Amino acid sequence: MEELYRDKQSIIHQADPRVKIIFTLVLLICINVTPSGAWPAYLLFLTSLFSLILLSQLGLRFILTRSLISIPFVLAAIPLVFTGPDPFTQFFKIGELPIVISQPGFVRFVSIAIKSWISILAAILLSTTTSFPLLLSAFRSLGIPKVFVSILGLMWRYLFLIIDEVSRLMRARASRSAAAIGNNHSGGSVFWRGEVTGKMAGNLLLRSLERSDRVYAAMCSRGYNGEPLQINKKSIKKPEVLFLAGAIVTLTLILLLGFFTQA
Amino acid sequence: MLFSPKPMHIPDGFLGFPVSLLFWFISIVVIGIALRKTSKQLGEREIPLMGVLAAAIFAGQMLNFSVTGGTSGHLLGAALATILMGPWAAVLIMTSVVSVQAILFQDGGIIALGSNLFNMAVVGVFVSSAVFSLVKKLFKNERTGLFIGGGLAAWTSIFIASLSCALQLALSGTSPANLAVPAMGAIHALIGIGEAVITVGALSFIYAARKDLLKPDIAQEGQSKSVLIGGGLLTLILIVLSPLASSHPDGLEWVAEQKGFLENARGSLYSLIPDYVMPGISNEAVATIIAAIIGAAIVFVIGFGVARAQKKSAQ
Repeated sequence: MEELYRDKQSIIHQADPRVKIIFTLVLLICINVTPSGAWPAYLLFLTSLFSLILLSQLGLRFILTRSLISIPFVLAAIPLVFTGPDPFTQFFKIGELPIVISQPGFVRFVSIAIKSWISILAAILLSTTTSFPLLLSAFRSLGIPKVFVSILGLMWRYLFLIIDEVSRLMRARASRSAAAIGNNHSGGSVFWRGEVTGKMAGNLLLRSLERSDRVYAAMCSRGYNGEPLQINKKSIKKPEVLFLAGAIVTLTLILLLGFFTQA
Repeated sequence: MLFSPKPMHIPDGFLGFPVSLLFWFISIVVIGIALRKTSKQLGEREIPLMGVLAAAIFAGQMLNFSVTGGTSGHLLGAALATILMGPWAAVLIMTSVVSVQAILFQDGGIIALGSNLFNMAVVGVFVSSAVFSLVKKLFKNERTGLFIGGGLAAWTSIFIASLSCALQLALSGTSPANLAVPAMGAIHALIGIGEAVITVGALSFIYAARKDLLKPDIAQEGQSKSVLIGGGLLTLILIVLSPLASSHPDGLEWVAEQKGFLENARGSLYSLIPDYVMPGISNEAVATIIAAIIGAAIVFVIGFGVARAQKKSAQ
């Protein structure tokens, strides 16, 4: 697993993380509230987002591949196509059995898929252009409790270390579990394999508990007294405030357009 | 190692905005209480302990075992964290895990994060906490109680959380309840078995290596009555609502329409499909609900009785 953040020097990377977070939130809320079937609004949201993606110099291909991650969940909305309200149209026939789809249900399904895709693009843009420590300090100055931000910070600090530990555990298991060719698993029954995995998880938790003791001791020895470090506060620059205000007005206008043009 | 999305994380766009707001509100309240309680219980140790354990649960979700064909069993970890650290700390651990998955890996949406937190960090933890402490009291033998209680807690937490997820989708008008509830429930009844096996395996390892971590007084330090009652109530409500919603999908749509939950509610889009009403079904739903309530009541009474008897014999 790799971090999504890509270090570049683009104007989007250098923008104040607070501005980026607020912009993303407003964009996500506007997309979420836009009614289904408002195709022109979707198109405008998408073009404004794509212009930012181009400015970020990240490469369309990377972002588009990544944005496919929510595709499996679209399954949850597919039933709408068949169970949605009247009017129904005959889609095609299998033998004697006519397959009918509901038109409003279909519109709603496509809208959900598009909305979810635009939302994911926006979230990817935020996390690929802002490193996690910067995001955290922005969260802090936006009013998320200090303790929680510190927990997230420490989690991030140890995440990749512990992921390496998991890889080592899995490699150790794999190297001790030879399987015949054409057999996709080795060892005993499903339950036995599950139990072994469980013991690996138990092992991991114990090691992590002990690691947290060591981390705490190390923090104490460096003068930690329960108060997380303060982050120095910079005020947001004026052009960025202007950009944010302009963006919020534009997004609200697109949202209004969405209400007038819904199918 | 590839990061693969997990089925219970709802992406953005699938939930209605009022539904998202409602569950954001509930989750924030519960997480706020959890922050206060763990600060009191753990003091300055809170930050390193919660941070490292959240990283461990996040990484532990990558542990898998092949089941059959291409499918594999995974760990989600809500029950394990609850049994090891107590419910309030577990709420914080799962909150950190689910938030980082949403913010950094787009596994689950950001507007939908409130609902995902409710399902996995609130329902998952409270339900496992209630089931674990109830079932454990049923057994005299500490070891049997630990393993059976742990396994049941793991399975129930996954199953009930998936019902909650399905109901949120139905309430938003994304998935009809009569399809979403049985489908999510059935898939997660299976996924829950994997979770239960892994959780029991982990508990047996910890029991062998560091028995002191599983001593009842430590695990139950944060186990207040409110968590027990909350977990029990959540289980009951979701068990009652699910069959009701899935046999009266129109009922839920009606609620959605009345409350303006559906974006399309303004038109006659969700008008009832004619001759959809089936006379037998309302009785069926009522029967299921009554059975569920009686079952839960029996389990509760037995658990309470056994606990009483044990206390008396101990005195």
